Amino acid sequence: MIEGALWRKWVFYNIPLILFVFVLLFPFYWMIITTFRPDGELYRPWNAANYMPFWTNNPTIEHIQYLFEETNFGRWMMNTMFIATVSTLISLFCGVLAGYALARLNFPYAGSLGTVIFITYLVPQTLLFIPLAQIIRNFELGDTPWSLILTYPTFLIPFCTWLMMGYFKAIPKELEECARIDGASRWKAMVYIIIPVAVPGILSSGIIAFTLSWNEFIYALVFLSSPDQKTVPVGVTSELIRGDVFFWGPLMAGALLGSIPVAIVYSFFVEHYVSGLTGSVKG
Amino acid sequence: MAVTAVSGMGTRSTPRLRRLEDERWLAMALLFPTALLLGLFIAYPFIEGVLLALTNQRVGIPGKWVGLDNFIKVWNDSIFRTSVWNTFWYTGVTTVFKLALGLWLAMLLNRHFKGKAIVRAFILLPFIIPTVLSTFAWKWMFDPTFSVINWSLFHLGIITQRINWLGDPDLAMASIITVNIWRGVPFFAISLLAGLQTISPELNEAAAIDGGGPANATHLFATYAYQIGIGTGLLSEGAAISLAMFPFLFLIVVVQLLYIRRVETR
Amino acid sequence: MAEVTLRKINKKFDANHVVKDVDLEIRDKEFMVFVGPSGCGKTTTLRMIAGLEAITSGEIRIGSTVVNEVPPMDRDIAMVFQNYALYPHMSVASNLAFGLKMRKFEKSEIAQRINRAAAILGIENLLERKPRQLSGGQRQRVALGRAIVRDPAVFLFDEPLSNLDAKLRVQMRVELKKLHERLAVTSVYVTHDQVEAMTLGDRVVVMKDGLVQQVGEPLELYNQPANRFVAGFIGSPAMNFADVTLNDAGGRAVAEAPGLKIVLPGELAARARAKMNGADTKATLGIRPEDIHIASAADSSDHCLEAEVEVVEQLGSEILLDTRVGQALVVASIDPNVRVRTHDKLKLALNPERLHLFDPQTEMAI
Repeated sequence: MIEGALWRKWVFYNIPLILFVFVLLFPFYWMIITTFRPDGELYRPWNAANYMPFWTNNPTIEHIQYLFEETNFGRWMMNTMFIATVSTLISLFCGVLAGYALARLNFPYAGSLGTVIFITYLVPQTLLFIPLAQIIRNFELGDTPWSLILTYPTFLIPFCTWLMMGYFKAIPKELEECARIDGASRWKAMVYIIIPVAVPGILSSGIIAFTLSWNEFIYALVFLSSPDQKTVPVGVTSELIRGDVFFWGPLMAGALLGSIPVAIVYSFFVEHYVSGLTGSVKG
Repeated sequence: MAVTAVSGMGTRSTPRLRRLEDERWLAMALLFPTALLLGLFIAYPFIEGVLLALTNQRVGIPGKWVGLDNFIKVWNDSIFRTSVWNTFWYTGVTTVFKLALGLWLAMLLNRHFKGKAIVRAFILLPFIIPTVLSTFAWKWMFDPTFSVINWSLFHLGIITQRINWLGDPDLAMASIITVNIWRGVPFFAISLLAGLQTISPELNEAAAIDGGGPANATHLFATYAYQIGIGTGLLSEGAAISLAMFPFLFLIVVVQLLYIRRVETR
Repeated sequence: MAEVTLRKINKKFDANHVVKDVDLEIRDKEFMVFVGPSGCGKTTTLRMIAGLEAITSGEIRIGSTVVNEVPPMDRDIAMVFQNYALYPHMSVASNLAFGLKMRKFEKSEIAQRINRAAAILGIENLLERKPRQLSGGQRQRVALGRAIVRDPAVFLFDEPLSNLDAKLRVQMRVELKKLHERLAVTSVYVTHDQVEAMTLGDRVVVMKDGLVQQVGEPLELYNQPANRFVAGFIGSPAMNFADVTLNDAGGRAVAEAPGLKIVLPGELAARARAKMNGADTKATLGIRPEDIHIASAADSSDHCLEAEVEVVEQLGSEILLDTRVGQALVVASIDPNVRVRTHDKLKLALNPERLHLFDPQTEMAI
């Protein structure tokens, strides 16, 4: 590396990178600032003289208070947490088993079955929600968390299956053959050898599934109606906007707090996430 | 030739059949929960949905079979056609930008620098945060009266009048596209980064030795693209899928599947 | 008794016939090596013995039992893979114990077997480590240990030394030989390296294109190759071949080619004459580099060649001369202290007792 290339490093690498990071993260900064800003400051026109967008001298928690006292925000958080966790577990269970079956077992129509499962991932929710609403009504699951816990796997399972398939395929065949010679049945080889080795992949699938679940909007909007059953995305949208009026303060507070659990789950497993995508096992 | 009985190793009635059946039976058992859930909540509603589209059912009024009438009506509706065109346009532009910017970001991240791990972690925030919530943050940023973007541009001397980001039809489309790209770039970037990192270092070294220059640069880019395709497979397409229409999507996916299978068997 | 018997074993992958009519009897406690170029079917045959591939037709017995339909875990075999296939998430001790746990052995029995195997292989201090913390040689040993604790009737080896660097390979070869002598278990070993085959095998099977070319003790393959392929495959550097015409002029059987005229000795001459049946015949002549030396006065001209040196390879223990004799290329292995240079013209002498003849079409030895 020649020292004279320092300006190049800055122009071609560091500055674009900083710009990217700034653009990608600024909205969050904006969310945070708005959350802690009193209403008086918030609702100043943009060309007013004393408009100071990037900082506030009077931080307040009134919006957060409003969120918890005047709305069911706490309840929404619990609902969403429950729904996301259970549907993730269900989808992981189905996805890991299905991924293994498709990646490792030889049986007729294995290839086409894999394609079919992937295709179901493509069916848009906007197409399904009307007939699904009917089915939910028939099962009398409307306005309960179960309406979502049973329908979220419809898009979580294909994704998990696809991801786990790729991960299982990367595990050397010899590992399983060795286990079989050692005396393990197919099932035992799967449980004792293959799945433990695939744990990073399972974690990645789990994180993504949790994230997708938490963020889901359409089904949650259609299937849930009572304020105390709603999930965070739906609750924040429906309760904090009355007609034309946006309660920006509590809205941003809701957006901020509603994003935290997902960010936490994600931050614990960042390493696994990226290595889960590359998914290779050596040694 | 007499077949000696399998002695001392346990008796099996029809050994060959059992081995095959074991695998098939296990496969069925493993796939059963998936098949149940997907069958009940996708296959069945999908068929119902298709059938529904072929009747003239209204809320509360049972429908009669009308064949393709609904489709014809919808196709002739100019608003529908506009929205189809918009959707194509929207998906196309956002995907191209997401891919390009994502690749650029991935290449920027594919180096060693201080705080690399933290940056990579934080980069994904736009994608992780619930869409609905981040959209509100942007809406607040675009708000005609209170927009921080307008404030910044004004104070930088670039504008004198406010910009009505969401009111003006062309600007509105641009704004929506921007937000979508903002949300998608990190995901594409991380997927592509994973692909880039599976490129063997020898390839990079060979390129370095061969020397820079536009010809070599394009050659290397082609190699990158090839490797990225293998690295990320269909993941990137899956992310772009949310809005496009099903049959066209199906076509695209089939073409991709064929392409990737061809590349994999090379 | 743990003999392995293969009768008319065939394997087809769709239309691809990869193993053709293999007939073999491996004796109890014998170390049998399968050797051949890639794609010759040796690994597929091994996997059929293991039960990892189904047999298209034929019969395999282990001991007196037909095992065609018996799953791998019930065949009383243990296998060492090329990539070791150690379970990455388990410690060495757990790796060793896995097979025994699956078969529900007693804890005390498992511990005893592990310790015994670890002692034999010298890996006692590695028991608590994970595979990723081990070197290539150590992983190799753990893979061997896993097979040893099972105390099976047959050991199967699938090119276990291929992933080791050259020095380690030589070392492990010796250790494997010692191990076999100590444990005395029937072993089937697959490799593409003929040196491993020669040094390790009690008997060696040479395969090509799915067919068994020859079975025999290493020395037998070296001295009496059944066909041209075996002759060229076994021994390094490889045997020299020349296209010659056999004729019977003046009561002596002679092999002739441009720049080359060799008189065949007694036994070989008799077989050559039988082959000629009165007329001049084409054949392939074979002689190993180590059976050629620089001619001295004592060498009769019946067995000499006029050669021009093209390349001199000095190995320290010998010199390999790449020479041109007429239209043929002949490699000779000579004393390392001889002074030779490129373009030198020499006379080379062959050891007539070490000549080989092969039919040019069938490639069988004459």
